[in-house]
Amino acid sequence: MPHIEIDGSEIEVAPGATLMDAAAQAGIYIPHFCYHKKLSIAASCRMCLVEVEKAPKPLPACATPVTDGMKVWTRSERAVEAQKGVMEFLLINHPLDCPICDQGGECQLQDLAVGYGASNSRYAEPKRVVREKELGPLISTDMTRCIHCSRCVRFGQEIAGMMELGMPGRGEHTEVMPWLEHQVTSELSGNVIDLCPVGALTSKPFRYKARGWELSRRRTVSPHDGLGANMLVHVKDGRVYRAVPQDNEAVNECWLADRDRYSYEALYSEDRLTRPMVRDGDRWVEVDWGKALAQVAGALKMLRDTHGGDAIGVLASPHQTVEELHLLQKLARGLGSDNIDHRLNHSDFAADAGRAGAAWLGLPVAELSNLDRVLLVGATVRKDQPLAAQRLRQAVKAGAQLSIIHAADDDLLCKVAHKLVVKPSALVQALAQVARALQEAGLDVGAVAASIGGVAVTDAARAIAGSLRGGARKALLLGSLAQQHPRAAELHQLAWAIGQASGARVGFLSPAANSVGAQVLGVQPAGGGRNAGRMLAEPRKAYVLMGVEPELDAYDARQALEALRGAEFVVALTAFKGAAPDYAHVLLPIAPYTETAGSYVNMEGRLQAFHGAVKPLGETRPAWKVLRVLGNLLELPGFEFDSAEAVRAEALPEGEATVRARLDNAVEGVALAHPAPVEGLDRVGETPIYQLDPLVRRAPALQKTADAAAPEVWAHGELIARLGLEEGGQVRVTQGEGAAVLRLRRDDRLPVDAVRVAAGHPLTAGLGARLGTLSLERL
Amino acid sequence: MSTKVCLWTLDHPNPASLETYVANGGYSALKKILAEKTPAEQIIEQVKISALRGRGGAGFPTGLKWSFMPRSFPGDKYVVCNTDEGEPGTFKDRDIVQFNPHQLIEGMVIAGYTLGARAGYNYIHGEIFELYQSWEQALDEARAAGYLGKNICGSGWDFDIHAHHGYGAYICGEETALLESIEGKKGQPRFKPPFPASFGLYGKPTTINNTETLASIPWIVKHGGQRFLELGKPNNGGTKIFSVSGHVNQPGNYEVPLGTPFAELLEMAGGVRDGHRLKAVIPGGSSAPVLPAEIMMDCTLDFDAIAKAGSMLGSGAVIVMDETVCMVQALERLAYFYFEESCGQCTPCREGTGWMYRVVHRIEHGQGRPEDLDLLMSVGGNISGRTICALGDAAVGPVHSFIKHFRKEFEYHIENKRCMVGD
Repeated sequence: MPHIEIDGSEIEVAPGATLMDAAAQAGIYIPHFCYHKKLSIAASCRMCLVEVEKAPKPLPACATPVTDGMKVWTRSERAVEAQKGVMEFLLINHPLDCPICDQGGECQLQDLAVGYGASNSRYAEPKRVVREKELGPLISTDMTRCIHCSRCVRFGQEIAGMMELGMPGRGEHTEVMPWLEHQVTSELSGNVIDLCPVGALTSKPFRYKARGWELSRRRTVSPHDGLGANMLVHVKDGRVYRAVPQDNEAVNECWLADRDRYSYEALYSEDRLTRPMVRDGDRWVEVDWGKALAQVAGALKMLRDTHGGDAIGVLASPHQTVEELHLLQKLARGLGSDNIDHRLNHSDFAADAGRAGAAWLGLPVAELSNLDRVLLVGATVRKDQPLAAQRLRQAVKAGAQLSIIHAADDDLLCKVAHKLVVKPSALVQALAQVARALQEAGLDVGAVAASIGGVAVTDAARAIAGSLRGGARKALLLGSLAQQHPRAAELHQLAWAIGQASGARVGFLSPAANSVGAQVLGVQPAGGGRNAGRMLAEPRKAYVLMGVEPELDAYDARQALEALRGAEFVVALTAFKGAAPDYAHVLLPIAPYTETAGSYVNMEGRLQAFHGAVKPLGETRPAWKVLRVLGNLLELPGFEFDSAEAVRAEALPEGEATVRARLDNAVEGVALAHPAPVEGLDRVGETPIYQLDPLVRRAPALQKTADAAAPEVWAHGELIARLGLEEGGQVRVTQGEGAAVLRLRRDDRLPVDAVRVAAGHPLTAGLGARLGTLSLERL
Repeated sequence: MSTKVCLWTLDHPNPASLETYVANGGYSALKKILAEKTPAEQIIEQVKISALRGRGGAGFPTGLKWSFMPRSFPGDKYVVCNTDEGEPGTFKDRDIVQFNPHQLIEGMVIAGYTLGARAGYNYIHGEIFELYQSWEQALDEARAAGYLGKNICGSGWDFDIHAHHGYGAYICGEETALLESIEGKKGQPRFKPPFPASFGLYGKPTTINNTETLASIPWIVKHGGQRFLELGKPNNGGTKIFSVSGHVNQPGNYEVPLGTPFAELLEMAGGVRDGHRLKAVIPGGSSAPVLPAEIMMDCTLDFDAIAKAGSMLGSGAVIVMDETVCMVQALERLAYFYFEESCGQCTPCREGTGWMYRVVHRIEHGQGRPEDLDLLMSVGGNISGRTICALGDAAVGPVHSFIKHFRKEFEYHIENKRCMVGD
């Protein structure tokens, strides 16, 4: 271990460390712009020049490796002179328009200019002006302010995996720009705003809204995917103005997905429900809480008393907090109903009988970056868990082999070792091939052994199996499509067998912020009740909805809407009106995550609690309070809570330890039928990235991105030719009684006999099962 | 007539042809080492003895550079020839490629053999495209004759050379920017360490030498390092091509022994144009500091003597200026060059070269201010030694030296808003 002396203090540093690392270790700040701990070293801004003994010139701390006995001065006269010289150069062409710059007050250049800049400029020539660039709806540019640190460019190449920004031009003519006529489309694009040390790249929705120093910072957790990114919401006058990442190396590192960053805009959507409402004939009237809750309690009691608890179905969103979900399941069971579920978009619940615990990632999130063998099954991971995809990308860069079994060969922006791309109904068969290949190689696949003997193994499956047999840190991860699959239980059973045989850990990529929490808390049938699928297929007389929009969330949206419309009583606890006035009888305005205390359990079982960042909007109330009062009105025992913390203490008595004790991905006893794939065309019906939950659906900037474009019908060129259809033309998509007319587009990354039509979108809500069959016809 | 190492073929008809080269002993050095399986250490030792110093501008001892190459490193290694001759005033490498390509090929193949390389690249400046084509022809000839490609001279050893042409960016002559450019990226210098010898082309150990350097290798192998050394003077072995331009009667390339007095070279070039007298000389290409006539006339042309006089031998581009030259205007043109050619990667050079140009431009156009000369010295000082590559220093060299030696002319310009000369 080398010893060095830095600013007079002697320290021991790790071999291979740079002077920047050493300074950080010694608690010394060296000014810098291009250096960033997560990006490659550019050494180009030259702000971190320091004096090193025996070196004839000042050296950049970010790029200079330490050697034993080195003596370094970061604030000596020579070092400061060099730093001041660089600062002067940075400022000569910088517009110094701080008073109208959104970065003002939180600008690295501004801050360092105070320390290293002169009060007058020796530069008397006209300054450089740079043409603006259009980067899309999320990022605003003032390129004249750019200091060419290249962080945004390196982020694209190294973290986001796509080089959407580059630096063409030479010398003073160097400009950061996107490809001609292109915008920035990465699902992680907003991070360049945090990375930009000046006001060249700023948040478009936040532009000119508030000053950094007017905002208070409140810690919270992203309510979207199962990663549970840590973030800060910035608040002024009781309103959230933006969201930025909070560093947590174990979870999101220093990044946020755009979904996490920009969904706050939906908090002030015009569709927010701010007062309780009840249906009065064909009209909706605003009422006070007392009246609304009394009506809900009365109706539920009456239906329970006449038809029994089984007449009530309870559907909850896995984006609701631990506290809300706990009280809701308590309420359901108090009413004598075990019909409760959060898995609206699932279609096969057969594994419930054979599972020991809650489905989770199977390993810590941070380990995703260090795996050396990965098999993704039915995972559109870039869109479903963008930051988990980023970690896998880093693993691949470090040498991991990543293979996929999926219904689409989407670009993961990293090298894919082996792939099996088949239509959804052939997924079980594909996974069975891998199990069979392991068996052929002499490995014990346990209970599935008997059922896979006749499976013919393709070369791709054998290659995947071969990959899984190697490596030390390996995982098989089931994505959203595998979880929603009509034969999800078989996929799970086969995955478990493959994991047991190969030593790979088996995990689930949780789609929602509290998917794991919902399972741990029992928000699914525990005593023979109806799961989400049955609740909607066998309509109930009453439904209690919390945070869900079944017409978008459900596996079969059409069927869900029919069930709700036919019910005698539907109460929706919701932050937004949405389509609920169509089928509900009472609407109760509940607080979104920023307006309530609560907690989420992320995909690795991490319990993350947060306080309310702002007061609830209008008459909105935190859902745990609403449920508590409802419990009282229904005269149910055990509803006397004074705080969200008290609810959490009951729900998870040992906190995270309670969660961990209930995590288990093992499954047994699922029979493998492996029938032939379904004839005809399979639908690949996933939830688009910006349709995941009620919040993102209403976030205006996100809805303007390319990822939020209206659903189209995507099909392989061969299929388009075979059906005599025309690329770019309108086609009618039919699923049973449901139909939609959409534009046909070509995507040769799909299997020939599958058609991708997104679910979870109003334009396709009239269609049926997400992974069912469909037909196409020319219009 | 003195010995020529590189441009001797010009004394023959068809100088570039394989026949001329072979008829005069060409490729015999290569054949000899392949037949005798000469150990690489021996060749490097001879190159060290020869005191051959890099002809591209830095003058780094070639033998020492070659010894840095991890020859036993498993995997690919490369030899790269830098014919990205972009330094204003320099036009020697193009003559080697044009008139003696086979000696360069032989030099590269010997380097490949010595350094354990798998392939060689010759990066040819974008503005001399016709050379790229004639070079490709020469490679084909060498391949057909068995001096290049598979099983060279029946030895069972394979080595091939690829031509790569740039697009005229000066910065691509910087060795690591050149590597980036070959890799298909934007030509920007890399931060060193790591040096190309450990992390070079495509991340593999790589040795980069100037065209004239590599073309000198066959001569050294054939005649021995000692004889090469004796052509020049201690620590400055061999001959050197000087590209003489400017106010002389016969501008052109002159290959003379290192250590030749400048006065002799000037005479070879026909002397200062008639009726004029020598005012100043830039002895080593535009980035070398300018020297006034009286200093230059006492100088010999070798790395050490010119360095002692306060400039650099550089690439051997001797720019001669007579008394009609306005030093402010000359500096304006040079400053503009560096401003336009800075790659823009690192701050001091990107911002500072433009600043210096604008100030000199202002002075030249009668808008100079009394404090401008101190400002130029200070801005230059803030660039010098603080950049990733040497372009920053190169841009400062002319500015500092012009002001140092001709300050009066600049002051006159600022004060009188016109030239001191030429009125």
